[in-house]
Amino acid sequence: MIRLESIDKVYRTERVETLALQNINLDVTDGEFVSIMGPSGCGKSTLLNLIGLLDAPSSGRLTLDGAPINGAGDKSLARLRNEKLGFVFQSFHLVPDLTVLDNVEIPLLYRSISGAERKKLALAAIEAVGLSSRVHHFPTQLSGGQQQRVAIARAIAGKPRILLADEPTGNLDSQMGEEIMTILHDLNRNAGTTVVMVTHDERFAQRTDRIVRLFDGRQVA
Amino acid sequence: MQSYVKLALKVLGRRKVFTLISLFGIAMTLAVLVVATAILDDAFEPRAPQSRFDRVLAITMVSMIGPRSTETMNPGYRLIHDYIYTLPGIEAATAFSEPAQIGIYRNGGRTDAQFKRTDAAYWRVLDFRFLAGRPFTADEEERGALVAVISDGLRKRLFRREAALGRSMEIDGRDFRVIGVVPDVPITRFAAYSDVWVPHTTARSSDYRHELMGNYNGIVLARTRNDLPRLKSEFAARVKRIPIDDPKRFNRVAASLDTPFESFSRGAFPARFGYDAAAVMRIILTILTLLFMTLPALNLITLNLSRILERASEIGVRKAFGASRGALVMQFVFENVVLTLIGGAMALVTGAALIAALNRVDIIPNAQFALNVRVLLYGLVLAAFFGIFSGVYPAWRMSRLHAVDALRGGAQ
Repeated sequence: MIRLESIDKVYRTERVETLALQNINLDVTDGEFVSIMGPSGCGKSTLLNLIGLLDAPSSGRLTLDGAPINGAGDKSLARLRNEKLGFVFQSFHLVPDLTVLDNVEIPLLYRSISGAERKKLALAAIEAVGLSSRVHHFPTQLSGGQQQRVAIARAIAGKPRILLADEPTGNLDSQMGEEIMTILHDLNRNAGTTVVMVTHDERFAQRTDRIVRLFDGRQVA
Repeated sequence: MQSYVKLALKVLGRRKVFTLISLFGIAMTLAVLVVATAILDDAFEPRAPQSRFDRVLAITMVSMIGPRSTETMNPGYRLIHDYIYTLPGIEAATAFSEPAQIGIYRNGGRTDAQFKRTDAAYWRVLDFRFLAGRPFTADEEERGALVAVISDGLRKRLFRREAALGRSMEIDGRDFRVIGVVPDVPITRFAAYSDVWVPHTTARSSDYRHELMGNYNGIVLARTRNDLPRLKSEFAARVKRIPIDDPKRFNRVAASLDTPFESFSRGAFPARFGYDAAAVMRIILTILTLLFMTLPALNLITLNLSRILERASEIGVRKAFGASRGALVMQFVFENVVLTLIGGAMALVTGAALIAALNRVDIIPNAQFALNVRVLLYGLVLAAFFGIFSGVYPAWRMSRLHAVDALRGGAQ
């Protein structure tokens, strides 16, 4: 489903050249739950951004569903992100001015569907994360755990086959973290969603199908 | 769309002071433009008593051109009589003098008024609604009858609540009898504006009848608008045949039949003939409008750019979930257009108040400016244009933010 071959990522400024990732080779199969671990600054988020098509590799080959991504234009990448990928961020990144429903509808705004259909899909996603009673609340009226659940609802509203989660429990206490992990596992098992998760938490990583370990931009396991 | 409108309104509410500053700048700019549009609309759109001016051509100036000097003045009565009245296939033609201020004496008191000499055809070319009485006839024109049509404003000043018809007033040492009263006309309607109209034949001297250059204006009422180009070219051919009174000084006459806007434009530039003055005037008005809008637009662009950083996270999220650059540009321009349309609505209210004030105070005589549908439409177009004009660059900058940087909360 996701294949990375000999991926390098170099950040260049006028004076410094930083090698963030070096020779990464990774295959994520359909329906797999993979966690990425490593110390801070080892390139975990960079790797997730490459898989999420938010950033481009400096060299190497990236394929999604067998189709090469290198060199794709802005519109094609936007369409791929919209149709195939869902994102969950550590700091939720909900739009504060929008209600839960409006936030969850965001990915669906970029699809050719009616307003009624959009609302139906968004409400179903909100129900899936157990927040039906908070549909018209604003993010600031919710707890951290609830906000992350909204973020998950937003990520799955468009029924993507891949969910990319960047430290989804990083800003939550252990109980809320457990709740979020339960939702992610449910999505993986019940809906067959492929999940790639960056985490610092060994306990959560151990519960996934596979752990990819990075150190100084290199894949060590 | 509903989501974008909701978000646009929420974004405006985020920083109320900046939003108010932006709205004030937009509203004031557009209000001034709305008032200017209302004045131009009043001057050039056909409306009573110039309702037929969509099929009218005017001659308001003539130049005598010589090797060393050029003289430009209003046309004289002879030029209009000999070369305009006789144009083939017209509905009517009229000559009227430039409005002049005169003193009217009555019961030992003096009242100042604007005064025009004209002919009987004037009342057919213009569609005055008579509040009382009638216009003067061709017979009265022929005889030089001492009769006058006056404006309602002058009637009130001269006769107060008394009826004016049949009463006399002294102009230039002679008693003129009032035979008609018409509503006041704003100064912006150049052909109709005056307080008193008398037959041109009541002039003490008949010298004006022999003048090529003088203080008259001529107007031709065509049967249809399609006749206008033909009449223009026919008159242009006639101008070449006008004999020159002073061939030692001048060797060429320049004059043309123009639409009211062309005539206004020609009068505004030092070089009168030989180019499309109306087109130049349109370009100048467009440039002035753009320049006038530039300062508040720059202000809005600066404010919008500063807001990009505030919204970096949202931009990152939208990109992550499938927004292309084009979609983001559309969204941001849309938000800006919503802002400017709110400013436009405020401008219309402010403009209406300014127009009402202009109509009340006596800066522009008999002003009757109105915020009609056409002016509202112009206002809407200006507001939308302003919104796009000031929104595109910040939107483009915003859409160029790298998704990863945007999610980190910073600009590239």
